[in-house]
Formats: sequence, C-alpha cells, structure tokens
Amino acid sequence: MPDSPGYRREDAAQPPSLHPSYASTVARSPRQPPVRIPQTLTETTGPADWGRLMGAAMADLTAWHAGAPLGQRIIVAGRVLDEDRRPVPNTVVEIWQANAAGRYNHARDQWDAPLDPNFTGAGRAVTDAEGRYRYVTVRPGAYPWKNHHNAWRPSHIHLSVLGPAFATRLVTQMYFPDDPLVAIDPIAGAVPEPHRQRMVARFDLATTEPDWALGYLFDIVLRGRGATPMGG
Amino acid sequence: MALDNQSPEVFGQTPWQTVGPFFHGALPWTGGPDLVGASDLDDAIEIVGRVFDADGAPVPDALIEIWQANAAGRYHSEADPRVDLSLDATFIGFGRSSTAEDGAFRFRTVRPGAVPGPGNSLQAPHIAVGVLGRGLLKRLVTRIYFAGEPLNGADPILALVPAARQVTLLASPETPGVWRFDIHLAGARETVFFDV
Repeated sequence: MPDSPGYRREDAAQPPSLHPSYASTVARSPRQPPVRIPQTLTETTGPADWGRLMGAAMADLTAWHAGAPLGQRIIVAGRVLDEDRRPVPNTVVEIWQANAAGRYNHARDQWDAPLDPNFTGAGRAVTDAEGRYRYVTVRPGAYPWKNHHNAWRPSHIHLSVLGPAFATRLVTQMYFPDDPLVAIDPIAGAVPEPHRQRMVARFDLATTEPDWALGYLFDIVLRGRGATPMGG
Repeated sequence: MALDNQSPEVFGQTPWQTVGPFFHGALPWTGGPDLVGASDLDDAIEIVGRVFDADGAPVPDALIEIWQANAAGRYHSEADPRVDLSLDATFIGFGRSSTAEDGAFRFRTVRPGAVPGPGNSLQAPHIAVGVLGRGLLKRLVTRIYFAGEPLNGADPILALVPAARQVTLLASPETPGVWRFDIHLAGARETVFFDV
C-alpha cells in the first residue's frame, strides 16, 4: 500500500507542554522530548461518522431551558479550514463555557458567582459542506482562578474539533477582542505572539443580527495535508 | 487595526489550549468509554488504567481519547482504502473516558488487528491514545501495545522508542480479558509520548 502523505506537523503557534507561568503544567508535563514518528494509517484516519453517535446537534445554548439565560446574547460563527484554506466539512465542533457571571455549571467550580438555571453552557454543531458552523450563546464572564495572586481568566469559549484524522485533533479557546485580560493570561500567553491573536475573535456587523444578538467570527484552522512525494 | 482571528497576516494553525477542569458537561458522552456497546462482537476486552503526574499523584481531571482499528485491522474511516477488509457497522473505534478521583479510566473495546505501517511494514495491534486535561496545554499522544504480542518485535513505531522505555507502551494482562495501561505524565516511569 502506498504511504499516505499525511498531515503537516505543528507550526510555531503551538504552545509547549511545559509553561511554568501556567502552574499546573509543571507536574503534568513530560520531561522527555516526544519521540517523532511517521504518520501511519493510525494517524491519518479518523472516525467517519462519529457525529451520529452523539445525537442531534445543539448549537443554540440559549434554548436548552424554559427561560432565556442572563447576559449578552451573541452569535459565534466561522469555518473549519485546513492550512490551505480548504473547508473541513461534516466535522463535529463541541463547545463549552462559563455563564455570563463567569461560573461553570460544574460541581468543581466553587467560585462565588451565581449559576443561571437557564444556562448549561455546552453545545455541539456539525460543519456544513463549506466547513461552516454557528452557535448562539451568551458572552461568558471572566472568573478568578488560583494560578497566582489576583489571577483572572479572560472571557473565553472552549472549542473542540476532531477534524478528518487522529492527527488533526484540536482543542482551543476563543477570546474576545479588547479584553485586557488576554495579554496577562498564562494560558493564552503560552502561545507566542503574533500567533496568539489567532485565538481572538473578530466582532462582525454582518454576523450581528438586528435587535437580537452581537456576532463574532472565529475560524478554526487544522493542520493541512503534507506535500505528496510527487509534489514539488 | 489589531491582529485577530480574521487577519491574513497571522493565518495558520489554530493554537492548542488546555481543556481546563470543566469539560465534563461537554466532551464525555454516554457510551464514550464503551466502544463495543450493545453489539454482539466477540472477545470484548477492557483497558483499565490510571493517570499520574510527575509526583506520582493521580490526575482526577484528565480526558483519555482512543482511536483504533477493528479486529480485522480496518479503520472505520473514509481514509482507510482497504475495502476488502470487513467493517463492523456498530464499531466506530473512537472512545472517550474522563478520569475519576483516583485517576482511573476504563474502556471496553476489542483487540485491534494488525495494520499497515510505513513502506511494506506491518504494525502490531495497537490503540492510539490522546491525553487531555487541566495543565495539559496540548494533547499528549501515546499508544497502547499488548504485552506478549509476537508482532511487537517487528513493529516500526516501537522500533523508534529506546528499548528501556518501550515497556511504558505495553498494556499488561491483569485478569482474563482485562489489560492495564497506566499513564505517567512525567517522573521516573514517564510514558513515551509521540510527536505525530
């Protein structure tokens, strides 16, 4: 069987595993360098119709409950692309986030901010033929954490994408423009500039819906196909 | 204008970020740790393990993902061209298990068949593993091989791992049908992780 061309390796935007200013990386990062291996069929394949295991998509996080959640209603839309700007269709995009007060609906989140009975904060969408996805949610609040004195996470939305192969798996966080906390956040700060700005969504009036919700654009770029052995 | 996600000047791979400690309402799904489910596949096995940090403390907020071929060695993927091999409609080969307070995870699956490797090589039965969690800025990738498998000796990926560390990739038989695969993120018994 001919070898698959595989996917490109990490680019300079990918954070290191060990980033001591994000304190929990210290005890949880390997000290040995990773062993570089060729991409085999194991890495270049991925579950074809995994999405159907998950049931119906739930892309409107404001519609889970009888009432509307508190906070600024927003639309987050974008495309899943590869490094050659080719769309990645039919892939699952999962999101989760804190509520407008910065509190997660999670037993381990002990911050003293109110839970919202109308907001769970998780959703799932599948990209269309052009790689597009779209969520309706509320803007999450910032919240304190114990990483260092007076540490606050910027408002962020977690996004998880499987992509076409085991090698293309990605989990990231989306940040908001003009948030002063991004520049001092150790997790965002693990990504060197200017690549860090890839994680900052853009406010977009064309995505904004009149009398209803603000719109933000956030494209997700997965590793592209490697050059084929025949390629120049 | 400030650079952002839409700026052509910074277009490229979206950076990895940690899943953090609060992913449990979103990523695990019912049936995620049970790849066999209600299907009547023979010879289901269990993979059990615990995740430990550099100090040997259990990691209670990790997420383990696995991806594997079926017993015939075929991946349930459009990118696996070997249509002559059988496919199980109910066996996708992808699973997720979050870890418990003691760092434990558990999967129910089948032992995969051998699959092609680079060139004309053959890879021993193995399961690809991704480790995500709080404190993990990006996914760590490793593989589960099966101790005692005769094909291990000729596996082209195991051959790239220093001999003294290969043992970290071998699941060991615990009880009939149950294999143990502990993951040490760092420390004296640090698991081998791969750059793929």
